[in-house]
Amino acid sequence: MGKSVLLIEDEPNIIEAISFILSRDGWAVATHSNGHDAVDVVQARQPDLIILDVMLPGKSGYDILRELRDLAGTRDLPVLMLTARGQVKDREMAERAGVSRFMTKPFSNAEVLAAVRDLVPR
Amino acid sequence: MGTLNVLIAVCLIYVIFLFLVAFGAERAAMAGRSGWLRSPWVYTLSLSIYSTAWTFYGAVGYAARSGLEYLTIYIGPTLVMIGWWWVLRKLVRIGRSQRITSIADLISSRYGKSNLLAVGVTVLAVIGTTPYIALQLQSVTVSFAVFSDAYEAALPVDSPESNALLVAAGLALFTIIFGTRNLDVNERHHGVVMAIAVEAIVKLFALLAVGVFVVWGIGGGVGEILQRIDASEIGSWQMQGDRWAALIFLSAAAFVCLPRMFQVMVVENEDESHLRTASWAFPGYLMVMSLFVVPIAVVGLDLMPPGSNPDFFVLTVPLATGNNGLAMLSFLGGFSSATSMVIVAALALSTMVSNHIVMPIWLSASGGGASVSGDVRHVVLLSRRISIGAVVALGYLYYRLSGGGTALASIGLISFTGVAQFLPVLLGGIFWRGATRMGAFAGLTVGFVIWAYALLLPSFGAGTLMSPALLAEGPLGLGWLRPQAFFGIEGMDPLVHAILWSMALNTLVFFVVSLIGFPSPIERLQGAQFVNVYEHSSNPQSWSGSLGQSEDLMVMAQRILGAREAQQLFEREARRQGVAGLLPEPSPDFLQVLERALAGSVGAATAHAMIGQIVGGASVSVEDLLAVADETAQMMEYSSQLEAKSEEQARTARQLRQANEKLTRISEQKDSFLSQVSHELRTPMTSIRAFSEILRDSERLSPEEKIKYSSIIHDEAIRLTRLLDDLLDLSVLENGQVNLNVQTGQLAEVLDHALATALTGAGTDRLKVSRRRAQEHVRLTTDLDRLSQVFINLIGNAQKYCDAEVPALTISVGRTEGALIVDFIDNGAGISDRDQAVIFEKFARVGEQRASGAGLGLAICREIMARLGGDVSYLPGQGGAAFRVTLPAALALAAQ
Repeated sequence: MGKSVLLIEDEPNIIEAISFILSRDGWAVATHSNGHDAVDVVQARQPDLIILDVMLPGKSGYDILRELRDLAGTRDLPVLMLTARGQVKDREMAERAGVSRFMTKPFSNAEVLAAVRDLVPR
Repeated sequence: MGTLNVLIAVCLIYVIFLFLVAFGAERAAMAGRSGWLRSPWVYTLSLSIYSTAWTFYGAVGYAARSGLEYLTIYIGPTLVMIGWWWVLRKLVRIGRSQRITSIADLISSRYGKSNLLAVGVTVLAVIGTTPYIALQLQSVTVSFAVFSDAYEAALPVDSPESNALLVAAGLALFTIIFGTRNLDVNERHHGVVMAIAVEAIVKLFALLAVGVFVVWGIGGGVGEILQRIDASEIGSWQMQGDRWAALIFLSAAAFVCLPRMFQVMVVENEDESHLRTASWAFPGYLMVMSLFVVPIAVVGLDLMPPGSNPDFFVLTVPLATGNNGLAMLSFLGGFSSATSMVIVAALALSTMVSNHIVMPIWLSASGGGASVSGDVRHVVLLSRRISIGAVVALGYLYYRLSGGGTALASIGLISFTGVAQFLPVLLGGIFWRGATRMGAFAGLTVGFVIWAYALLLPSFGAGTLMSPALLAEGPLGLGWLRPQAFFGIEGMDPLVHAILWSMALNTLVFFVVSLIGFPSPIERLQGAQFVNVYEHSSNPQSWSGSLGQSEDLMVMAQRILGAREAQQLFEREARRQGVAGLLPEPSPDFLQVLERALAGSVGAATAHAMIGQIVGGASVSVEDLLAVADETAQMMEYSSQLEAKSEEQARTARQLRQANEKLTRISEQKDSFLSQVSHELRTPMTSIRAFSEILRDSERLSPEEKIKYSSIIHDEAIRLTRLLDDLLDLSVLENGQVNLNVQTGQLAEVLDHALATALTGAGTDRLKVSRRRAQEHVRLTTDLDRLSQVFINLIGNAQKYCDAEVPALTISVGRTEGALIVDFIDNGAGISDRDQAVIFEKFARVGEQRASGAGLGLAICREIMARLGGDVSYLPGQGGAAFRVTLPAALALAAQ
């Protein structure tokens, strides 16, 4: 069984696409689609990597990331952030919040896969 | 006859010469070449108007009748010049520092600037001076007559009266020309002063020439003359102590108080230091003038036939001895004495009459204020000129009415006694701070009543103005009130009696009333300034000018406030003070009000300084102030222009700032909008890219997977298209470029169409819609397609977001006043209060919706409804989500 990835994203088609790509590469993909309880879900599942959207219903990806970085168990958890808002200030906010890797939508599947592989050594 | 013609010619030439002298002096003064005009000698000589024709001719007659008593007339002024020069100095200093224009001005100014007091003093001065002017006219006429008698020739004019009229008219003309050339605020008249200084030399020279001729030409030398004097009646004449004392006092008092003396001594004074020269030079002048009086009298009494008038010995003695040239010189001397007196007296009196009587009356007569031009100077000048004419005319009338007889001869001393009444008030005013206006009033009134009652009226002789019974028994038989024997003290010389009682009671009443009453604040202020003038005027060499009185303030205020405003202000203040006329008294209250009004125009500091300069007696002339005021008016114009410009700039700056803020706001909105559009575009593109790569790169895909992924790409492409459509639609609507396709149709049909469109496809069964068709029979005239678009949007939202287990939408139609309403209410959870505020914003998506829309629907609805003249809004409190579409009733007609 491969390493686990938790995908937090609210757009069904994107969830489907990323799940397909990662599953095919041997990753165990779990998904979650709102911001409210995302932190709890992360703590419960203890994934090896999180792929995090920014514009989530309930709570923004930045807030979720900040909370995770404040918690002992998830302080060093690799987080790949994906956002459709590709401005410079969005990247800066993500970096201040402690992101591991930041990518702008739309992305190429190969890029996402490479980033995931890079962030979680097998 | 020939001699007489020569005399007239000489006279004319002399008059022309005087005009030229005065004219030259004026020109020199205007050109600033006034060095020699400022000589103390000119000042000293100008003082010689003290010796009028009355002294020039009359002193000899006086000596012939009363011996050395004539000397008292010279001793009085001599004592004043030598012993009282410190009083004169104080008067001169006060005159300069307070800008005094006349003795009336000084007295009124000292006693709280009371115009009533000024009017009183003016009237009394006119009464006291008119006979004196008449006397001068008479002397000129009689001296003409002496010449014509001597040659037994008819005068070139019909009668002495018309002769006097000519002289009077000429003098008035001269005074008007040189006394009112311009409204010199410091009231200096260089031309006049120069002319009278020249005349002073002429009369001194004439009298000396006659004297020398009499002593050495007729008398045979000094020793011979002295013997003849001893032998004559004059030599045996005994001195009356009381009369001497009274006369010396009287002439001393008159020297200070006579309006014409005050004019030359105080008003025309150029420099205080001139007094020092005059204090010994003028007594010297008087001494020389009096030197040959007795010899001429003695020789005249011997030479002339008994009964001839000794008053004209100065003229008749040379004529009788055939010395026509000398006689002519003597005539010119007398002429000079008479004319200089009339000119200066007219000048002094006209200033008083004009300032204190004519101007106040004129200002109140021109009451409305609208007719008054901005500059009252020409009015002041006209008033001065009329006053001069009136004063000289009065003298002429007096001369005519008095018959030109001997009644005039004694008038000199009577006049002196009259004006001497000013003395206690004058001296009290400058040395005693406790002196009050009431005291001055009372003292002057008492003094003048006694003077008139005891001296003036009886002087016309028993039976003319006073009945013999009154003179003998007193009014109503009250013996102690007999005009010439108050309290039964008889046997006194009437003149001494009048002087004693009038001066004593005048002084007593003045002091007592002053002590009883309290001076008003302005009186105290003025009193302090007068009494302590040396402390208040630190710079005696400075400019000087006329008294700061209401007239000056008025002129200044008109320059600054404009004629109308200034007049209204002064009028209002005068009314408030309860003063008759239009000029308020410059009370501290009024000055404060005026200062405030001026401060509105020129600023507080300048206004304070200006009023301070005029009223407080500082060292800048009113003319300077007026110049400042003119400049200020100009500056104010500039400054108001600048102000307007700067206001304009401020307005522009404000507009720019607003535009800038708006642009910034728009720019921020644009950034935010772009960011949102970017997000909305990237999201479907992400799916499209991801699945297209999957389809491309994955070989082992099942056919089902391929179909599914292709469908996703298709759906997302449609989503993108819809988003772009919405964006374009919104852009058109927001720019107002939308063309409405107005049609008339049934509301029910529009709803039918909207429901059909919105519910097409997957969700048809999901949403249960209830309508009340009966309400929907409404004909509409509007863009039915756009309205349908709104309805589709609202129905679609209910379909997408209603979270009830069995979603239901109720569409109801109603009417309020002036509007048709269509409500869409579903049975879901509704929208939270917080979110209600933003749902109509672009890209606002609320709640945990995984919406397929871009969040532009409601924003578009709102824009459409705004274009249709209606509105769409959220209806809170309906249970589920509730939207109300409002259309103006004008567009809707209930179907029949």
